[in-house]
Amino acid sequence: MIFNSGVKLQSLPKAATGIEGFDAVSGGGLPRKRTTLLKGGPGAGKTVFALQCLVNAARKRREAGLFVAFEESTRQILANAATFDWNLPALMRRKLYFMDARLAPEVVHAGAFDLSGMLAMLKAKKDELGAGWIVFDGIDVLLTLLRDPAAEMREIYRIRDWLAENELTALITAKAGDGPAHAGDYDFMEFMVDCVVPLARRLEHGVSLHRLQIMKYRGSDFRAGEFPVSFGASGMEVAPPEPAEIHHAASRERVSAGFERLDTMLGGGLLRGSSTLVTGLPGTSKTTLAGKFAEAACERGERTLFVSFDEGAEPIVRNLASVGIQFKPHLKSGLLSMYSARTESTGAEDHLAKVKALIGSVRPRCMVIDPLSAIAKAGGLVAARAVASRLIYLVKDAGITVFITAINEGDDPATEATDLQVSTIADTWIHLSYLIRSGERNRALTIIKSRGSAHSNQVRELILGARGPVLADVYTAGGEVLMGTLRWEKEDEERGKTLQRRAAFEHKRRELQVSEADTRARIKALENDLARQRAELELYSSDNEARIVSSSEREKELRRIRSADPARSSRGNGSGNGGAAKAPRDAR
Amino acid sequence: MKLRLYVVDGAPNSVLAIANLAALCKKNLRLSFKLEIIDVLKFPRRALADGVLVTPHLAKLSPAPVARIVGNLSDSGSVRLALGITT
Repeated sequence: MIFNSGVKLQSLPKAATGIEGFDAVSGGGLPRKRTTLLKGGPGAGKTVFALQCLVNAARKRREAGLFVAFEESTRQILANAATFDWNLPALMRRKLYFMDARLAPEVVHAGAFDLSGMLAMLKAKKDELGAGWIVFDGIDVLLTLLRDPAAEMREIYRIRDWLAENELTALITAKAGDGPAHAGDYDFMEFMVDCVVPLARRLEHGVSLHRLQIMKYRGSDFRAGEFPVSFGASGMEVAPPEPAEIHHAASRERVSAGFERLDTMLGGGLLRGSSTLVTGLPGTSKTTLAGKFAEAACERGERTLFVSFDEGAEPIVRNLASVGIQFKPHLKSGLLSMYSARTESTGAEDHLAKVKALIGSVRPRCMVIDPLSAIAKAGGLVAARAVASRLIYLVKDAGITVFITAINEGDDPATEATDLQVSTIADTWIHLSYLIRSGERNRALTIIKSRGSAHSNQVRELILGARGPVLADVYTAGGEVLMGTLRWEKEDEERGKTLQRRAAFEHKRRELQVSEADTRARIKALENDLARQRAELELYSSDNEARIVSSSEREKELRRIRSADPARSSRGNGSGNGGAAKAPRDAR
Repeated sequence: MKLRLYVVDGAPNSVLAIANLAALCKKNLRLSFKLEIIDVLKFPRRALADGVLVTPHLAKLSPAPVARIVGNLSDSGSVRLALGITT
C-alpha cells in the first residue's frame, strides 16, 4: 500500500510484522530477506519489537526464527516476555530458538576474535528449524567487545554477507541515545541496512512516552513522522495514523440517555452509536449522569463497559447507589463491566491499548469513559489529544454508544471546548455548570449541541435525589435564571398566589351565595308582603261586599220592617239579625 | 594439560590462534599438552553445546581450574596467566 505519493513504486517484497500499526505505516512490514536496524535508547522497546516480529511470524505464518541475545540472558528475556500473551515456552519447542550470546565475564580475552564461528552455529540452527527470521539483539554490546572500530565494521559486514547468503529477514537492534555522543556510532550500519527504525522513549510530564518512526526504507515508500507506541497485552502497538475517511454507520435508533426528561430534551434520546460528551467542573455530577446512562443501558439488557480513571470501581458503585443508581445487580449478572486505572502511572497510549483490549473482550454496546480528561495527565497534552480522538473513533467504529465525561477547568461555555478538543468529535455535548446566586451553588444542565436531533435550548436544573437525577424547570426572573432555593421560593410564591386566588374566589363565591340567599330572603319577604297585601285586599273587598250585602239586607229588612214583606233569616253579622241566605253567594 | 581449541577453518584469527598456541607449546616443552582442534564449520552443534560463541575459542579442560580464552591468542601474557603457566 502506498500512502504518501501517487506514484506506485516497484516495491520490494515485505514481511508483515503483525504489529498492525507498523505494517500500516511501513506499507506492509519489514523488507523481506533483508536487514532492518532498530535503534534507540534503553527501554525504547527495541527488544519487544524484534521479539514480537518473531512471535507473530511463528504464530501467524508458522515461520521459525532465531533470537541472538548479546545483552540479556534467555531467562531474562522470557521473564520480560511473560507479561505479554505470547506463550514463548510453547513456541520455543519448534519455532523459536534463543541463543544466549553474552560472553561470560570469566572468559579471558587474548587477542582479536570474529563471528565466523557463531555464524556457522547459527546456520546449523537455521537449517534445523527452517528459520526465516533472525534477530541480533543488542549488537552494540558485541561490537564493544571487539575493541577496534575496524574490527567492528568488518564483523558487521560479515553479518550482512551472511544474512544475504542465508536469505534471512533480519532485525538488528542497537542502543543509540539521542545525544551527540552517540550520533556517529552506527552510521555505517545505517548505510548498510535496508531499513532503519528509530525508537524513542521520552519523559513528558513525568510519564514515559514511546515513539517510533521509519527513518529509511530502501526501495519503498513509507509514512514519515513519529508514531505513538504503547504496550498492551499482545505486546507493542503502534498507533496508525488516523484514516482520512470516516465510515460510521448512521443509526436512527434512539437509546435512553438515562432518564426521561433528559431524553425529551435530546429530542427522544441519544442516537445509537453516537458519542456524548459531558463537561463540567468537578462535582457537577458528571459521573452520576454517566452512571444513569450505564444503568439504563443495563436495564435494556445491553452489555456495558464503565471505564473510570483515577477513581476505583467500588467507590463509584457506592457513590452512585447513594443517588439511587444501582450497579450491583448488573455487575453480578455480568452485563456491566468496570475498569479503573490510574492515569499518572502510565502513558495515554497504554490506556488506549488497555481500553482497546477491553472492548475486544467485553464487546459492549454502551460504554462510559469517566473522565476522559484524566488521560491528559498521562503525559503530554498533544499526545493525550491524539489518544482521546483515537479512542472516540475506536469506540465509534465498534458501533458503541459512548458517554464521555471531561472536567473543565473554566466555567465559560466559550472556552469549554475541552483541553482534549473532543467536543468537536462528540455528537452530543451536555454541559453541567454551577450557578451561584444568593449563597447557593446549583447545578445547571445545558445541551450545547446534539447532532441529528432537535434538542432543547433550555437550561434545566439538575437535582440529585435518592432516586436518581431529576431535571427541574428553572425560572427566569429579571433576566436571571433562578435555581435552588430561589427557584423553590419562586415556586412557593407561585403556590401561594394560587392559594390566595383560590381563597379569594371561595370568599367571593360565599359572598355571592350569601347575597343570593339574602336576595332570596328578601324576595320571600316581599312575596309574603305581597301575599299579605293580597289577603288584605281580598279581605277589604269581601268586607266591602259584605257591607254592601248587609246594607242591602238592611234595606230589605227595612223594607220588610217597613212594608212587612216576606223575609228570610239574616246572616247575623250585620246590624240586623237576619240575612238573606243567598247573600254570601252573591258576595263571591 | 588438556586443551580444546575451537576454530573456523581458514579464518585469519583462527589460523593465527593455532600458530600462537603451537608456539606456546613449543616454549613449554616440559609440560605435556593434549590439544584437540575442532572446526566449528564442521561441528557447529558440538560447539554450540560446548558454549562456544565467538572464534577462536580455547578451553582448558584440565587440570582444574578450567578456563576459557577467546581471541587469536596473540596476547601471550594473558594466555599463560589463564592457563596457569607460570614459568
